[in-house]
Amino acid sequence: MKNIVIIGGGVAGMEAARQLLALGYTPIIVEKANALGGHVASWYRLFPDMTPASEIISRLKKEIAPANVFTGTKVISISREKGDYSLTLDNGVSILAGAVLFATGFKVFDASKKEEYGYGVYDRVITNRDLEAWLSGGEDKRISAPKAIGFVHCVGSRDLKAGNSQCSKVCCTTAIKQAIEMKEKFPKAEIYCFYMDLRLFGKKYEDFYINAQRDFGVHFIRGRVSEVGETIDGRLQVKAEDTLSGKPLKVQVDNLVLMSGMVCNQSVSELVRQARLDIDDDGFLRSRNNIFDILESNRPGIFYAGACTGTKTVPETLAEARAAALEIHNYLQNG
Amino acid sequence: MADFGFKLSKSSTLDLDRTDTRVYDILCKTDPDIRTCMACGSCSASCTAAPFCGMSMRKVILALQRGQDVRPMLGKCMLCGKCTMVCPRGINTRHLILSICKYYD
Amino acid sequence: MIYEGKQKIWSDYQKEIPDDHWYYVRSCIRQNFFPASERMFTEITRGVLGKDVYETPYHTTCGGIAYHCDTIPQETVMTIVARQFALMTEAGYENYVASCITSFGNYSETLETWREFPELETKIRENLWKACRREFKKPKYLAHSSDLIYHWREEIAKKGRFRLVNRETGEPLRIVEHIGCHYAKMFPHKGVGGAEYPYVLAGMVESWGGQVVDYPERRHCCGYGFRQYHVKANRGYSVSNTHKKFESMEPFHPDAIITNCPGCPYFLDRWQYVIAEQTGKTYGRDGFGIPVFTYEEIAGLVLGYDPWDLGLQLHQVAVEPFLDKIGIEYDPKAKYLGLNREDIMRPGLPDSIKCF
Repeated sequence: MKNIVIIGGGVAGMEAARQLLALGYTPIIVEKANALGGHVASWYRLFPDMTPASEIISRLKKEIAPANVFTGTKVISISREKGDYSLTLDNGVSILAGAVLFATGFKVFDASKKEEYGYGVYDRVITNRDLEAWLSGGEDKRISAPKAIGFVHCVGSRDLKAGNSQCSKVCCTTAIKQAIEMKEKFPKAEIYCFYMDLRLFGKKYEDFYINAQRDFGVHFIRGRVSEVGETIDGRLQVKAEDTLSGKPLKVQVDNLVLMSGMVCNQSVSELVRQARLDIDDDGFLRSRNNIFDILESNRPGIFYAGACTGTKTVPETLAEARAAALEIHNYLQNG
Repeated sequence: MADFGFKLSKSSTLDLDRTDTRVYDILCKTDPDIRTCMACGSCSASCTAAPFCGMSMRKVILALQRGQDVRPMLGKCMLCGKCTMVCPRGINTRHLILSICKYYD
Repeated sequence: MIYEGKQKIWSDYQKEIPDDHWYYVRSCIRQNFFPASERMFTEITRGVLGKDVYETPYHTTCGGIAYHCDTIPQETVMTIVARQFALMTEAGYENYVASCITSFGNYSETLETWREFPELETKIRENLWKACRREFKKPKYLAHSSDLIYHWREEIAKKGRFRLVNRETGEPLRIVEHIGCHYAKMFPHKGVGGAEYPYVLAGMVESWGGQVVDYPERRHCCGYGFRQYHVKANRGYSVSNTHKKFESMEPFHPDAIITNCPGCPYFLDRWQYVIAEQTGKTYGRDGFGIPVFTYEEIAGLVLGYDPWDLGLQLHQVAVEPFLDKIGIEYDPKAKYLGLNREDIMRPGLPDSIKCF
């Protein structure tokens, strides 16, 4: 039986492995980090049902135990060899694979690139990721009994100047989730979500929004934050336009949470070049077709799953991973 | 005081730290649905009074959130009930208008 | 505040500043507002540092004020700019340094416009030839004069007699740095340190011993705004912007403000009197205002020049409390004596803000 290599051990790679195991294969996962789980492993809870992320990860880990997993390992070369692909890992292992799945995911946008928001300059400006780590029980001196918290949607998303024109899809709902979580912890805090438009497209997301409005009194302000400054007591002065009333608006908050978006994972660009894969305008891997062949690359035997082709939610990623496993199975069966 | 022929201009900036939302907070108790407004504008689009005197339920709710006096605008309302009919969030705007009147009485 | 975060951003906005041979152009208005500043620039660069800084009396306005007041079209401004470049070319220089931020912005804008619309450059070259039979090369390096003082800030510190330190407490003085809008907001990569956290003046303050104050409205315009000031009906907008900045910096109790634009120090200084008259409020200690300086004036003070030779008697806000903090000696009786030691007359002193 031919080998199947899955590059990336996040939820996409793990779910694809789970399905391939069920189909009777023994896939090989190569993950550059020292543990499986990818971005989801660093998250606390997932919208819209507040599912603990750790539940998803530990379930997947358990179910893919029979797979071959290399963590802390990178693929350093890939080349076509007759009908197969020859891969070399940085631990010296070489693999001849009949099919390769890119489950290489995304990178979180570096919020410090939006200089005007002061991430990395003003102490109490944090990111969605920082807040998630704190919610998971991490220490963070920047968060201390806040009286007001701001959430800035679309940080590095829908932002041509920041080099990313795409919507990151998850941030609106994540902001609402985190706003509710903060309101649960600090019921007296005023919470402001600064949005351009709210993109609550998924199942139960709109309910989540109504919930945040009605039951938690989260304030939604339509206007993108333009500038942040630090006051004498270390609070943050936030400026935006209240576009609904057409007036400039300012407010002071104790923490400003930047909803850093998803950008393409450029650390795989060398592999992509070697495998001669097409890149889309947005830097993500280009599917053969964005409707019918999302999981197929321009090269036979190389498949995609999850956020390597564009921004996706966790359930979308899992669905793609399952489908990719089936595509690989069909490919290996039929040649 | 010297007369320079010009004065400090009033800033139009909405300062949320200095916004008095007492009326809105009271209305959130009597009419909790008010919080679910998503500013779609259906109410204003179908308002009988809107085209002639600038009445807008969307603006009334926003003004309440921003601590502004809504009475001048609300005085134009004819209580026809159309805004309640069209609100996709099901906000009982008629009840809200009467609650506002009750508060100011 | 995370200082390293700012350092990281500063490192992204480095600007190449040649060490010598500059063609220097003055501002239309600075010699009236801050009469010693430009003289101080040539004194420091030529006299103290021994650099080649060339000037020509044929230099005129760059047209910036008229351009920003909407009284002349951009094509006219660009032709004036072309003539200045021609004068530089004729003098054999290729490093162009402007004393005025508006001019610096105007030159940057013109060069960028020509880059984006090369046909306009051709047209302007024709205009210039028709108008005065001149031809020009574009400057190899374009700088604002604060870029140069920034470039030589450590040498100035080494040769300095004073530091921006409170003589009694040994604490660094707290300085607000205010950057002219047209320095880097249009083209962040043309300014030292970029536009969000410019380093050009902050670097001087640090090298000379002071501490930079960052406050929420730091990036906000001084209020001059050309049409806002020059049209009297709009003047309320001008003073309101200045007022907004002072309200924002007030809790930080800055000892002084350092600026790099012709308009900013003027309005930040003079409007403090107008605000005091209109609101009864002053922003310094004990009824004084917050003194506002040009970077050349601060450099001159650091180097030990006499405050009255630096023209500080023309400031609205009293500078004496600031001089006292550093321990700079001055003769109060000489404040209103001219270069010929004769009385130049005294201004009336307002009741609303304490002045000497």
